[in-house]
Amino acid sequence: MIEFPPGLILIFGAILVPILKGYVRLVWTLILPLFAFLVILSLPNGNLFSLNAFGQELQLMRVDQLSRLFSYVFLLASFIGGIYSFHLRDSIEAPASLIYGGASVGAVFCGDLLSLFVFWEITAIASVFLILARKTARARSSAIRYLIIQIGSGMLLFAGLTIRWHQTGNIDFGHIGLDSPGGLLIFLAFGIKCAFPLLHSWLVDAYPEATVTGTVILSIFTTKLAIYVLARGFAGTEELIWIGAIMASFPIFYAILENDLRRVLSYSLINQLGFMVVAIGIGTEMALNGAAAHAFTHIIYKALLLMSVGALLYRTGTSLGSQLGGLFKSMPLTAGFCMIGAASISAFPFFSGFVSKAIILSAVAHEGYFVTWLVLLFASAGTLHYVGIKIPYFAFFSSQPGIKVKEAPINMLIAMALAAALCIFIGVYPSLLYDLLPYPINYVPYTASHILSQSLLLLFSASAFIILLRKGIYPKQLNSTHLDVDWFYRKPGRDLIRYIFIMTSSFYNHLGSNLIDRFERFVYQLYRHHGPHGVLARTWPTGSMVLWVAVLLVAYLLFYFI
Amino acid sequence: MSFMQEHLPALQVVLPLVAASLCALFRVGYLSWLITLSSSILSFLVAVFLLLRVLEQGIISYEIGGWSPPFGIEYRVDLINAFVLLIVSCVSAVIVPYTQKSISARFGSTEQSWFYCMYLLVLTGLLGVTITGDAFNIFVFLEISSLASYALIAMGRDRRGLTAAYQYLIMGTIGATFIVIGIGLLWAMTGTLNLYDLASRLPEIKSSRPVLAALAFLTVGVSLKLALFPLHLWLPNAYAYGPSVASAFLAGTATKVSIYLLLRFFFTIFGGATFFTETPLPEILKILALIAMFAASIVAIFQSNIKRMLAYSSVAQIGFIILGISYATETSLTGAMTHMFNHAIMKAGLFLLLGAIMFRLGSVKIEELSGIGRKMPLTMAGFVILGLSLIGAPGTAGFISKWYLGLGALEQGEWWILVLIVSASLLTMIYIGRVVEVAYFREPTDEVVQLKEAPLEMLWPAYLLIAAAIYFGFDTSFSADLARQAAVLLVNAVY
Repeated sequence: MIEFPPGLILIFGAILVPILKGYVRLVWTLILPLFAFLVILSLPNGNLFSLNAFGQELQLMRVDQLSRLFSYVFLLASFIGGIYSFHLRDSIEAPASLIYGGASVGAVFCGDLLSLFVFWEITAIASVFLILARKTARARSSAIRYLIIQIGSGMLLFAGLTIRWHQTGNIDFGHIGLDSPGGLLIFLAFGIKCAFPLLHSWLVDAYPEATVTGTVILSIFTTKLAIYVLARGFAGTEELIWIGAIMASFPIFYAILENDLRRVLSYSLINQLGFMVVAIGIGTEMALNGAAAHAFTHIIYKALLLMSVGALLYRTGTSLGSQLGGLFKSMPLTAGFCMIGAASISAFPFFSGFVSKAIILSAVAHEGYFVTWLVLLFASAGTLHYVGIKIPYFAFFSSQPGIKVKEAPINMLIAMALAAALCIFIGVYPSLLYDLLPYPINYVPYTASHILSQSLLLLFSASAFIILLRKGIYPKQLNSTHLDVDWFYRKPGRDLIRYIFIMTSSFYNHLGSNLIDRFERFVYQLYRHHGPHGVLARTWPTGSMVLWVAVLLVAYLLFYFI
Repeated sequence: MSFMQEHLPALQVVLPLVAASLCALFRVGYLSWLITLSSSILSFLVAVFLLLRVLEQGIISYEIGGWSPPFGIEYRVDLINAFVLLIVSCVSAVIVPYTQKSISARFGSTEQSWFYCMYLLVLTGLLGVTITGDAFNIFVFLEISSLASYALIAMGRDRRGLTAAYQYLIMGTIGATFIVIGIGLLWAMTGTLNLYDLASRLPEIKSSRPVLAALAFLTVGVSLKLALFPLHLWLPNAYAYGPSVASAFLAGTATKVSIYLLLRFFFTIFGGATFFTETPLPEILKILALIAMFAASIVAIFQSNIKRMLAYSSVAQIGFIILGISYATETSLTGAMTHMFNHAIMKAGLFLLLGAIMFRLGSVKIEELSGIGRKMPLTMAGFVILGLSLIGAPGTAGFISKWYLGLGALEQGEWWILVLIVSASLLTMIYIGRVVEVAYFREPTDEVVQLKEAPLEMLWPAYLLIAAAIYFGFDTSFSADLARQAAVLLVNAVY
């Protein structure tokens, strides 16, 4: 029985990583999540470890079905990510990934807001290194924007928890709700990490700028941690249904226009999060089951898709759809894995996305949210359109002059194979996933009507793609920038700061020339008296020192006698 | 063991004295160093035991030669001087391991022995001044330590050390003479030399002219010894041109012992804070202290020799301590005594690090240090930490004492003093910042490029002090709490 938060296994284990090399490092990075997994498996449910600090009892190990499920999938993804990044030789990315994963697992087990805040900030700081490690100017400035927003989210969380602490006297992390100012701030903090509409721009800004492996790791933790905390704190909050519906639909348009395949996948990430947010907003047991299950499957297939695009980037040096194509021949295995990922995200029957998305759609329908249901249906069709078909098509099949490259490195292939196997396995045996869900469930995904309606939807969407492409209506894959809300702080924000800077500096120049003059004269005076040859710093003749003694003696005598 | 315990007060002084004569007899450099090392460490242990015993059972009175006071010489240890004994012996014990490397590189075996002999005599004198309860004995020990320290200063690498030592000699002798005149006048009026006997007799005659004259002589004499502005003029050259080890030792201890004398005379003997505040002394001291804080800091900013810069900084820091004393309240005296302790640690550490730079580079001129942070990273990192502590950055020892000093001023409703304390600290930031800028943000010169990090035996003693400067920034249960207890004794003239 281990009496400390299992996330710490990864965090402290990461310290050793920089000094290890080659296979030893691989084995170590794989043992850590495996060990943490076994530890969690052996734990009973309940609050197992608490720490007294700041006059509060910090619950660091709240183990229940929900936290278990998320910790399992985080560790699983860490494990696969460890294999995928085996080829790395630098000593920043691997430990940063482990710390990032460890902090996420730690956050999942937090039973109070204060310890959640600590892990929340660790994830923000550890993850920024994955973007910085790309070592390009774009990545650097993107990383700084990312960090500011992530830390901002942490600050909001902290502000919210202080207000709550003040009002209620405790900081337990249970259901929070929107009915108090503290709850609102916390909601906003979670919302930033969950990429709510208008708060989402950091994600599509930063994720595509990270390294090949960095993007895979980034896609796993931050947003799903946000889903987890929303499910804990804001289940059944009606506003989330609308927020989620918008999240599920608006990225589709961006994703269709976008050329960089990793940015397409980032938009699709938001779209998938939308499904989970809707489910949390509904808040019934079935819906929450759906959100958790979808988070589980989504982590795996999204990682698989990003791994395959990452492999392309690794081999060809680009992830732009307009420069890729025809790679099916040279990277057949990667193409195969990519298509499995695409099938999963599009929710083909017998792939993992199907079994989880179906629960959410059923829950939405069951509670009678018809409009939402339609939006999600539209979003599903869109998903197939821009990810399920677009990614494999532009990467591997479109008739660009084929670039000759080698197949992906063996470690990447193994990682992708693992993820792909999981996608299919969960799709075929959904009961394995269902057993892990927070609430008891008896749901049968494979009914005739389900399969039929989903297949029709997919068929419709696929034919739309083909027709659009044939007719030449499909937007050309151009190397262009599409404006998103981050434009507001990247352009006018920067201009505003520049304007303020120019105004103040001219003001200072005006004021300054006069002041500086005076200051210089003042320093000159100081120097004359205090400088090395000034009266105060000179080496005095002994006689005048003694004179001072006499003067002081007389002065003291006078003063005392008076 | 009980025999040892009983004679601890005598051992405190006798140990380094005997060790000094052994060094003079053997005249083998390495052996002398070993003797110095062991006696320094033993003195430190004795001081620790004394402090523990005082905390346990109160004041210890020891009769030298079995002659009972007030006729015989009495050694008397209370919390106040036990605290100072600990400062002195601790700084000494940390510095001695460092000396071997720098002293053996410069002197032959015999000269080394003389160096250690002088060093131990300074230590003997300082411990003696602190522990003794006899006024004339104070003068004797003061002369022992002063004479030995003139010799130490004269052993500096720089020829200017000779002039500096000469001036130090003249001024130090005048100071000691003034002190002995003051003591003589007191003896004439009361017929006793025992400090505590004096304390009981003085209140009746404290406004008689001879006693006031004695007070004036004592004030000037002690001010000279502790280098209070404008009687500080001997100090910068003495510290700048003496050997680094001597600078570190004297900066850490000698002025602190003189401050102890000031406290002892004005508070314990003349009757606590009530007497002190009746005289015009607090006002005068406050003005002089403020001038010292600013004038010396500004001079330090313009210095090009970093040792001289630190020497002026010492004058400024003494200003801080005297400022605390001038308020004569419990809090302000706590601040003053804590600053004594903290400044001993910081300044000794800074001088040790400068000594390491001197050892490698052969110069401590600021313009020759450009880029040295890259070549001697540990040395300069230590310099930065101690510099921060000197500035009074939170999380370092310097912050604690300045905090109490500021609090002391606030208690008197003089918030503008707080502003002045902060501004003087900002001046400290400028002169420390100047060194940091040169050391880290300039390209290394050709000489600096070839440098190696300072040798380990010079670094670890400095790092002990650095660790202390950080530790006492967080845990004040030793430094400030003890200082507060001592301050209570001073304010109420308990003896």
